[in-house]
Amino acid sequence: MSLLTVSDLTVSTADGRTLVDGLSFSIAKGHRLGLIGESGSGKSLTALAVTGLLPPGLRASGTVLLDGTPVIGANERSLNRLRGRVAAVVFQEPSTALDPLMRLGNQVAEPLRRHQGLRGAALRAAVASALEEVALPARVAHAYPHEVSGGQRQRAAIAMALACRPALLIADEPTTALDVTVQAEVLALLDRLVAAHDMALLFVSHDLAVVGKVTDEVVVLSSGRAVRTGPLRAILADPQDDYTAALVASARRLDEALGGAL
Amino acid sequence: MRRRVFLIAGIVLVALVVGIALVSLFWTPFPAADTTGGRLEGPGAHHLLGTDKLGRDLLTRLMIGARIAVAVGLGAVALGAVVGGVAGLLAGFANRWLDDTLAALLDILIAFPTLLLAMLVVAARGASLGSAIVAIGLAMSAIVARLTRVLVKRVLAMDYVTLARTSGVSWPRIVTAHVLPNIWPTMAVNLALQFGLAVLAEASLSYLGLGPPPPNASWGRLLQEAQSTVLTAPIGAIAPGVLLVVLVVGVNLLADGLRDVADPTRRGHR
Repeated sequence: MSLLTVSDLTVSTADGRTLVDGLSFSIAKGHRLGLIGESGSGKSLTALAVTGLLPPGLRASGTVLLDGTPVIGANERSLNRLRGRVAAVVFQEPSTALDPLMRLGNQVAEPLRRHQGLRGAALRAAVASALEEVALPARVAHAYPHEVSGGQRQRAAIAMALACRPALLIADEPTTALDVTVQAEVLALLDRLVAAHDMALLFVSHDLAVVGKVTDEVVVLSSGRAVRTGPLRAILADPQDDYTAALVASARRLDEALGGAL
Repeated sequence: MRRRVFLIAGIVLVALVVGIALVSLFWTPFPAADTTGGRLEGPGAHHLLGTDKLGRDLLTRLMIGARIAVAVGLGAVALGAVVGGVAGLLAGFANRWLDDTLAALLDILIAFPTLLLAMLVVAARGASLGSAIVAIGLAMSAIVARLTRVLVKRVLAMDYVTLARTSGVSWPRIVTAHVLPNIWPTMAVNLALQFGLAVLAEASLSYLGLGPPPPNASWGRLLQEAQSTVLTAPIGAIAPGVLLVVLVVGVNLLADGLRDVADPTRRGHR
């Protein structure tokens, strides 16, 4: 059975505009999927809908099964049991994903305290190893978010997401807000950790080159519809539709400019 | 460093007035209702700041006034912060319909002049220290609620709240761990401002004869009574005026300083 099954997912506004239109895909345990599209294509909304976190005013319909549990229409309590333990999220902007007034160590501790019931010395040790895992120095635990770099903030956010060993990690443009050099480091870190813990990954990005570094399977979204689904290699070789072709062409132009290997 | 100076100045000014208020609980130069002094005596050895037109010792009345000012300020701010804070939190978390209703109610309340609202409460409950606190506190709670609502909504829209939810953190815990600490720096400054306004509002109520009744001598009442004799005995008006300014300025400096202590992102930047 797959870990995440999305079938016929539709997200619409209260006044009837459709933002995500009949999207279906699934991710098996330990597998990876990239969700690609330009801004406004509905990829971030899909990520939010999967965890039942749509902003107020948006309605989801269709079926989302997370570890066999329906997400759409579920109450907060049953969703809370899934969040963190089954699926965790890393957001685009680490500066808003972290509470500016809470020390990083305490923020990483929050999900550990909640899901594993750790307290005191055991909790501190778990926080230390969570930070070590994302290659952050131990002193970061005592720092506030504004006292560390953007890359370090994103590492801390990843540490929070991974703290409870979720079966599925949802990464919503996790490297878009970072410098190019830091991007590569954070991507490599994500790639290594997802592999090490045998996690499934839903990677959302507008950037084909970035997605190509972490996953082989992709869904190409345009205006809320899936226009292509399949292995990245096949899509690069034969884009078929105009939208995907444009996406591939622009990725290639960028890649050539950077001397890359797409 | 400059911030630190402001904080210390605020502490000193507030401590001065609070100290006077505390001392007045145990000792005043004369009993509150003592009228044995001469009328409108100037400052002298017997009556340090002189007497009013009924022969009451001015220093005694000022000390009792400090007690009332601090009580009204603290009481009204506490009432306003609790009632307004809870209403604002509710509105911030509420669904669209409840939020719109609360926001409209608050706008109506705020459109009412504070003093008019206070007079209504005093008319209903009779003039007393408690009435003044309730009246000013309720008027304040509308302003506090509106600010809280906006601040809460801003925090709730942040990714870290979404993340806390994705990691299964409960709403009460989100409120205490994320929402309250993040709205506090702004709230603290606003509440201090409201403290100053509350003291001034009480002075206005007393000035209109709607404050705590005699022999309670609030600073506003002292100002009003000194009005007719301001040219012959100016100290009767100047002394309560100066103390009022000292308290209000002190509280504002203190709040500014406290905000910087509460907000780590502001530390070490000045």
